[in-house]
Amino acid sequence: MSYEFLDHTADVKFVVDAASLEDAFSDAALATFEIITDIEKVEGKVEKKIHVESERKRTLLYDFLNELVYLVDTEGWLLHNVEKMSITRDGDRFILDAALVGDSGDYEILTQIKSVTYSDMEIKEGDNNTILTVVHDI
Amino acid sequence: MKYINIVPKKLNEYSYIVEKQGDMKVPLKIFANEKLLAKMLEDRCIMQGINVAALPGIQGYSIMMPDAHQGYGFSIGGVAALDTKEGCISPGGIGFDINCGVRLLATNLMKEDVQPKVREILDRLFEYVPPGVGAKSTTRLDHKEIKEVLKKGAKWCVEKGYGNEDDLENCEENGCIEEADPSLVSDKSRGRGMGQLGTLGSGNHFIEIQYVDNIHNKEIGETFGLKEGQVVILIHCGSRGLGHQTCSDYLRKMEDKYPEIIELLPEKDLVYAPANDPLSQEYFKAMCAAANFAWANRHMIGHQTRKAFTEIFGDEVTVDTVYDVAHNIAKKEMHTIEGVEKEVWVHRKGATRAFGPGRKEIPAKYQKSGQPIFIPGSMGTSSYVLAGTQKAMQESFGSTAHGAGRLMSRKKANELWNGEDLKKELEGQNIIVKAASVRGITEEAPLAYKDVDDVVDVSDKAGIGIIVAQLKPMGVVKG
Repeated sequence: MSYEFLDHTADVKFVVDAASLEDAFSDAALATFEIITDIEKVEGKVEKKIHVESERKRTLLYDFLNELVYLVDTEGWLLHNVEKMSITRDGDRFILDAALVGDSGDYEILTQIKSVTYSDMEIKEGDNNTILTVVHDI
Repeated sequence: MKYINIVPKKLNEYSYIVEKQGDMKVPLKIFANEKLLAKMLEDRCIMQGINVAALPGIQGYSIMMPDAHQGYGFSIGGVAALDTKEGCISPGGIGFDINCGVRLLATNLMKEDVQPKVREILDRLFEYVPPGVGAKSTTRLDHKEIKEVLKKGAKWCVEKGYGNEDDLENCEENGCIEEADPSLVSDKSRGRGMGQLGTLGSGNHFIEIQYVDNIHNKEIGETFGLKEGQVVILIHCGSRGLGHQTCSDYLRKMEDKYPEIIELLPEKDLVYAPANDPLSQEYFKAMCAAANFAWANRHMIGHQTRKAFTEIFGDEVTVDTVYDVAHNIAKKEMHTIEGVEKEVWVHRKGATRAFGPGRKEIPAKYQKSGQPIFIPGSMGTSSYVLAGTQKAMQESFGSTAHGAGRLMSRKKANELWNGEDLKKELEGQNIIVKAASVRGITEEAPLAYKDVDDVVDVSDKAGIGIIVAQLKPMGVVKG
């Protein structure tokens, strides 16, 4: 895991530094759930598959994280780990397929996330790493 | 956009101005004293107020309230009136938590009656008003019912036997904006809302048992039914996941439709739909539906609170709604701008409507006093009741502040304080806190917020909200 939480007056901001775009998206998912709960305690019992398509990488990230918030709100599902993450390009679209494991149970909820935001959102792809910045409205 | 000088110029002790320059279509007016302004200059909020001044169809001024701090697109504490014909509507000018707001309930109990039973009340409230993650609401809705809630707002609750007509009478818009169109709220948004009616959420949302510590304006206090020593309950929450998803959906729609607008914007969360595009109407009607959900939500929480008090104190106890105000919303309103009556979408993002005497939108019993306004403080500090003014109609499109305004990041608050210690410290001041998580207490530490006393003082002195009463907390339920 390679993410770090930064100071943000009203909400929660984190930056991910990972080896690839896929790893960066996986870490962004883990960072998101670290805001919500103690992810160490969540069991990997229930698998969730997520499929998102978008024209831009930034909106792909937004929509992916938003799917996670949706799972929390509707099923109380929390992430344990990212089992698979694939991001491919099909013409002018990016396609994300992820397999996640987690659980819907009686875990302590530290904070609920209202929404992913575009504020300060950044995806910087270098030769050897990818840096993502995300702010969640909580 | 280049700005030579964004240092605001002092107009008087309580307001500042940034003159029109660059792409700005109107000046930026900031309600603040020196201390609050100095805090604003520490983050990007003033730049955000300047960006708002460049939106198409903005009227008069871009306005910032004394509790303003950095937000998304608009600052929190930002107000803008945008022409409904030639302007635009911006989801970022409303916020993700559509119709986040505050409801005040007044009881016929006194502080001494309630003090010994605060823990019992908090336990009961905690049971009846869950924080609401997953499907834990006691009122789970199906697809048909949620559409009815979106259309009818708090009226739906009364039809189902929750709460009463007085609750509706004493609520902004009577708890229902009729322009709401539930079909414009996505399945996904509705899915998030189905299990969340009557739930509190987390972050800075709370139910607080308070007493009236001080009446500043006796006449208006009487009109609002408040007297010293009386116990009141303040409820702060919004439209939950349903509203958050609605904002998100329309931000994405606008982004997809207007890539050229978004490329030029200094912040992507400032994206908007021009008034002449049907998308602006669609968003407005979807936002109204989400706002109705929020009113139904606070109404249900009010009902559950009444139930808890009645069970503990018996049938003689009365728990009446004083009023309910939205502080994250855009409203279609008529305002006199440069002598001409004009219809505008008044975006209030972290700002409260402050309509003065005589406005037809406010209940008959508040016609002479102006509408009630509630400004919650941070956990453990005072909250205030204010009244709307004529001056607010001229100065701020009938708007005033909404709260204390955050000062410090949650990260920093977690580094500085320990939740258990803080809880004990508050107990030493006779304030009992019951929270879903200890971290939630730390993050909402009183010192992480601006001084609410300064915020209301500026509102009062600037004339955009008269201080009526000061409320002090006895017990807090935090999501």
